[in-house]
This record gives sequence, C-alpha cells and structure tokens, in this order.
Amino acid sequence: MFSSKNMKLLTNPLGDSNPITVQVLGICSALAVTAKLKPAFVMAISVLVVMTLSNVIISLLRKTIPNRIRIIVQLVVIATLVILVDEVLRAFVYDVSKQLSVFVGLIITNCIIMGRLEAFALANKPWDSFLDGLGNAFGYGWILIVVAFFRELLGSGTVWGYPVLDKIGLYDIGYENNGLMILSPMALIVVGIIIWIQRSRNKDLIESN
Amino acid sequence: MENLINIFVKGAFIENMILAYFLGMCSYLAVSKTVKTSMGLGFAVIFVLLITIPVNFLIENYILQEGALSWISPKLAEVDLGFLSFILFIAVIASIVQLTEMIIEKISPTLYNALGIFLPLIAVNCAILGGALFMQERAYNNIGEAISFAMGSGFGWLLAVVGLAAIREKIRYSNVPPALRGLGITFIIVGLMGIAFMSFMGIKL
Repeated sequence: MFSSKNMKLLTNPLGDSNPITVQVLGICSALAVTAKLKPAFVMAISVLVVMTLSNVIISLLRKTIPNRIRIIVQLVVIATLVILVDEVLRAFVYDVSKQLSVFVGLIITNCIIMGRLEAFALANKPWDSFLDGLGNAFGYGWILIVVAFFRELLGSGTVWGYPVLDKIGLYDIGYENNGLMILSPMALIVVGIIIWIQRSRNKDLIESN
Repeated sequence: MENLINIFVKGAFIENMILAYFLGMCSYLAVSKTVKTSMGLGFAVIFVLLITIPVNFLIENYILQEGALSWISPKLAEVDLGFLSFILFIAVIASIVQLTEMIIEKISPTLYNALGIFLPLIAVNCAILGGALFMQERAYNNIGEAISFAMGSGFGWLLAVVGLAAIREKIRYSNVPPALRGLGITFIIVGLMGIAFMSFMGIKL
C-alpha cells in the first residue's frame, strides 16, 4: 500500500517534479485565482477532488477505452466531475464561486489533469493513480496557497480576511499596502520568484537557456 | 458598428486573454520560443475561436438558457439546462477542432502543414473554453457581438504570443542568472508585459 515507490508518487510532485514550477502545467488557473487566500484554497480543493477522482476513474476504465477516442473520454469524465464540483460550490460557498467565475469551468482544460491522465492513469493501477493524483494536486495546491498568501498579505494586508498588519500596528508607523500585488501580473512575478528560489537550491533543474 | 469595434478593442487590449486572465498559458509558454511557430499557433487560435464562439453562442441561446427551448414547444419554456454548459461546450470545441482539422487537410494541405500539430493541441487550450465561458458570462446580445468578441480576443492572444516570442528570441543573448534561465525569466517577462498592458485599462469605451 505505502511502499517506497508509492510514497515517491506522493512526494515527488511536491518538489522536484512540481506540476507548476517544473512541468509548467495548469498555470492558467493557478495565477488567476490567487489574489486572496480563500478562493485559492477552494480552487486547490476543487482541483484535488477532480484530479484524484478522474485519475481513479480513467485508471479503472483504462483497458476498455479505445486508444483513438481516449481524449474525448477523458474530457467527458473530467467535465462531469467539474460540473459536480461547480454545483457543490454554488450550493455551499456561493460568494467564492462567484469570485472564481469561469475558472471553475476551466479546470476541465487544466493541463495538469489531462497530463496526468495521459501520462499516468492510462497505464497504471487505480491505487497508484490515486496516489499520483493526490500528490500532483498537493503540488499544485501548495504553490497556489503560497502565492495567494504573499499576494493577500502584501496587497491587502490581510490573511484569510483577517487584518494582520492592522493588528500589529504597521499602518500607524506609515506602512502602505502595495496595490500592485492584487493586480494579476504580480502573480506571474511571484511564481517566477518561487521558481528562482527552487532552482537555486536544486541545480539539476536549471535550464541551459 | 461602433459597438462591435468597442467589443473588439476591449477583447484585444483591455481584457486580453493572456495578460489579464492567463488563459491558454500552457501552450503560450510552450510555443513562444520562436516568432514563426508562435505566429502559427496565434492564427490557429483566432481561427478556432471564430468558429467555436458563434456555435457555442447559438447553443447557449437556443438550448441551454432558461426558457431557450421554447422555440420547440411552449411546454419546454421552464427547462433550464444551464448546468450542462461545461460538458456541451467542451464537446463542441473538441469535435469542431477535429472537423476543421479534417476539412483543412482536404481543402488546403499548405494551411494544414502550416498549422500542423497546433490544431489538435488547441482543443485543450483554456483560451478556447475560456472564450466560450466569458461569452456566456457576459451575455452578448447577438451573434455579431459574439463574433466580434471572438475576433478581438483571438487577436489579443496572437499579439501577446508574438510579443513574448520576440522578447525570448532576444533574451537568448543576454546573461540571465542561471537559476532564472528558461522558465523563471519567462514568467517575469510575461508579468512585466501584463503590467504594460494594464495601461490600456484607462481607455473608456
């Protein structure tokens, strides 16, 4: 169940084969929803659910799916799961679902999910695929949450809506929020900095230019 | 007419698919290594958007929306199939991409070779599905507006991808810190391009 090979499936995507910073997959949604911590967290959970379930379903069906139409089968499975997630979000956290707007629907074309289905679930057993999906979703989620944490803290001075900087009293000594952090281009630059830090620590990941 | 131009300019510059919403990022980063390939993908995106958005607009307005089915029989006026939009849009996009690929291969082999591998890739490009979902969210009044939105957002995508490719061709000759090479510096460039594009936000239409 949890052999060292299986643990690798779970832990590798957190660092050295991280879907966002190393494989460059699923960036669209990663950047657009990270202005605040709460939508980023909800997005990470939604992707986790869709990713693990679709990985398991495709892995169960892998022997019956004809090779030629596999993309459309994958899309149908993912789209069905995304519709379910979308309906749940609308029912229980309507305000967050409004903030995420089209990006819940765009989980369908999130390349991490398609990528994992193509590269892993089509060739492996359900339990391995489950762990692989979980690992990649965590790898995606932690980047989202780190980016959102810094953007919310520096941009609006809050963490999960709680005014941290105000309570510390930074504003009294003349501190101002950096409005640029809330704007979308800063998400790219924050991810760029995360990539920079990761690659200076792990020289193997450096590209030749 | 003025309205259509407004929607075009808005889609291309102010609400640029890539630089304001990051749609189609994966293929954007992957093909922007040279200007030539990026041009190919850019035109393919415009082409597919121009077909899929009007088709999805018709589906949205005559099948999915609440009361949209009343043209079949008044009894269906209360049916709301809105929850089906994701699955229907992606099915339409995937099949249209497949169809256009076949048609282009038959009619114009040169264009087919030029677009090459980009066409099938586009089926899972978030810019295409994103375009359909934005079209649904913004509720355009008629098909003309939807087409103009498709043109505008496709053109904006082309502009952004060619711009990035041109910068990346130049940056190959600069001395970038080793850990930032490749992906890292590309992210930062796109961020700076996004900030530059934000100056269009001041335009009032």
